[in-house]
Amino acid sequence: MSRIAVLKGGRSLERQVSLRSGARVEDALERLGHEVVGIDVGVDLIRRLREQRPDAAFVALHGRGGEDGTVQELLEILDVPYTGSGVPACGRATDKVLTKHLLLETGIPTPEFFAFTQTAFRELGAAETLPAIADRLDFPIVVKPSSQGSALGIKFARTPGDVPAALVAAFSYDGRVLLERHVEGRDLAVSVLDGAAGPEALPVVEAVPREEDFYDFEARYEIGRTAFVCPADLPSEVTERAQELALSCHRLLGCYGFSRVDLMLDQSGELYVLEVNPIPGLTDTSLLPQAAEAAGIGFDQLVGRVLELAFERAASAPA
Amino acid sequence: MSPSQKPPSRSTSRDLERYAGLFASRTRVMTSSAMRDLMAITARPEVISLAGGLPDTSTFPPETFAAVTARIAEESCAKALQYGPTDGLEETKECIAEVMGAEGMRADRGDMVVTTGGQQVIDLVTKTLIDPGDVIIAEGPTYPGAVPVFNAYQADVVQVDMDSDGMRVDLLEETLDSLDREGRKPKFIYTVPSFQNPAGVTMSLPRRRRLVEVANQRELLVLEDNPYGLLRYEGDPLPPLYSLDGGVFVMYLGTFSKILSPGIRLGWVVAPPPVLEKINLGKQEADLCTSTLSQLMVQAYFEHADWREYVASLTEIYRARRDSMLDALADHFPREAEWTRPGGGLFIWATLPSYIDTNDLLARALRDNVAFVPGAAAFLDGRGHSSMRLNFSGCGEERLREGIRRIGEVIKEQVALYGTLTGELPAVSAEEVSEPEGEGEGGRLVELPRRAAHTRRAGGS
Repeated sequence: MSRIAVLKGGRSLERQVSLRSGARVEDALERLGHEVVGIDVGVDLIRRLREQRPDAAFVALHGRGGEDGTVQELLEILDVPYTGSGVPACGRATDKVLTKHLLLETGIPTPEFFAFTQTAFRELGAAETLPAIADRLDFPIVVKPSSQGSALGIKFARTPGDVPAALVAAFSYDGRVLLERHVEGRDLAVSVLDGAAGPEALPVVEAVPREEDFYDFEARYEIGRTAFVCPADLPSEVTERAQELALSCHRLLGCYGFSRVDLMLDQSGELYVLEVNPIPGLTDTSLLPQAAEAAGIGFDQLVGRVLELAFERAASAPA
Repeated sequence: MSPSQKPPSRSTSRDLERYAGLFASRTRVMTSSAMRDLMAITARPEVISLAGGLPDTSTFPPETFAAVTARIAEESCAKALQYGPTDGLEETKECIAEVMGAEGMRADRGDMVVTTGGQQVIDLVTKTLIDPGDVIIAEGPTYPGAVPVFNAYQADVVQVDMDSDGMRVDLLEETLDSLDREGRKPKFIYTVPSFQNPAGVTMSLPRRRRLVEVANQRELLVLEDNPYGLLRYEGDPLPPLYSLDGGVFVMYLGTFSKILSPGIRLGWVVAPPPVLEKINLGKQEADLCTSTLSQLMVQAYFEHADWREYVASLTEIYRARRDSMLDALADHFPREAEWTRPGGGLFIWATLPSYIDTNDLLARALRDNVAFVPGAAAFLDGRGHSSMRLNFSGCGEERLREGIRRIGEVIKEQVALYGTLTGELPAVSAEEVSEPEGEGEGGRLVELPRRAAHTRRAGGS
């Protein structure tokens, strides 16, 4: 039995989702016989970790601060073993622009895109490039903040006239945004779980929105709003290819423990990687737990394995 | 730890799909929205929240509270701990009659049901009158708390525009005519005529008269929601619709939440006897009766203290806060923004240029530790995305001013960014455009969002 701090909540926009993930993880850890200390992450985080002296931290945080390497760095400094990806992988994966550049360099397909900072518009007159972008990307395009983990701030621009307002919205979440070609097709997610034999890709989940024309933030976390099909009904070669791509992404970014890769399958059967989530949701409706279950790995077993991997990494790290 | 102490096994995802299959179709619209998730952050202490609708309960004298509860303990302990009649205690109804009398209304004790807050009245009236697909007419914007109720009963809500004189009754008549041509008739008209939540505007006397006439001519029920009527900071009181109509077609919703305490959860409804009878049955089915303890607290309070004096003290506090917020808006919001100038109540409604989505703006504002209610929450038809509701009763003047200053900065940042994106403004640094615009005193014209030209999909973000 170990003493495990579950880090959850925090100040990110995904606070509520993180609290739900954290609560489920706490229950699972208790069932596994651990002593659990839940910590709603705030300014007293370091003090509480020092007081509680946990054997490890389960990071159930999503979004800014928790998923981008910030908390992981602090845990490294305190020498507390923690779950999931390390600082560099978190930094790479939560930066969608950096992720996409790395994917392209490796030959992993991702929709064409252009990225901008607010500074580019404010100080370098980048607005004058917008017509050129409109020529190079077919509409509709997707405008999204570079670092926001959920679908918050993601807008469709159906015409060039929609782009400025969409950019203003996306810049509400991040100083950098990307304009991406919209891939029309099926919305897939492949979760990757590390194990003794290296990372393994779990069965593909397909998210089928029931009402909205777009898989949005609300539907993503709402029971009954989105139908999840797992394993997704796909030709076996597409399933294999999706899993292969997910494993490549997980390795490329240096993810550890678990990750979730979101992809689109277009009408011609091409797969495109949209993003990599270093700390996938662990709520009742989240995709990773569903995929694990389809692979015969129950939630408790999933949580147990991810925790075990945290201890292994700490044990193999140079002192 | 013994096995029996282990936490219950949570449902698997397959179970969840099974539950999803069991949900009533009305739960489709009962969603815990992303906005609610964002609102969770507003509760953190470092956030200046202009998002709530909270009365300031900190000025209620604790010794009065102690005296009231001591009196209940001495005189009516067993009664306070017991069930009560579904329609409420007679002694509470006396207090209600007194409050309604203060606004010039006379209501018969037999025509009242005491409810668990005003919110329950909205639920009970909707439950009593609405079958799926039935039409409710509401103001646009309407009280955000009514939206989920109307959704839950699968009402078809038609929202009628407002201006600085409240609901446009001429547009209401047009709406009724066009519904009539489709062979449809609304079951009721929901309105907050005085210091409306969220718009802060008040229906003028001619419109009140006309609305009552229209209701009578067309035999339509009106639900008059009047939580703020006694919180007037200027001007003369206007007669409630109920007093103009005499309770024939107007159902009246009152509450102790804003004049005494929202924590006691005490409201009431006055309605024509046949409607009231059904409401009473609905109430019985929902919760048997309203808290007897709360009802006796009101009665003891009315006997022990001068409730009018307390309301007067609240009015002083809120008036000063309203003035502070209006001053701060003039100082800190850019010239592209417009807002209402309420003569009472708790809210100001501000509208920004259409290219600013206030859902996204809230996410940005939360980084600066300030919150408001995005306007989309007050519409069921996808409008309101560029508006916001600002509450001035829930925090002190200094925090109000600081909150408005921070929101103003964020708006200016977005206005400037949009300008550089469209070439309407030269590319300049945010500092240069954040200078106050030097607006004069008071607010500007009331401009509430129109139904037209709103192609953005519902749900927004």
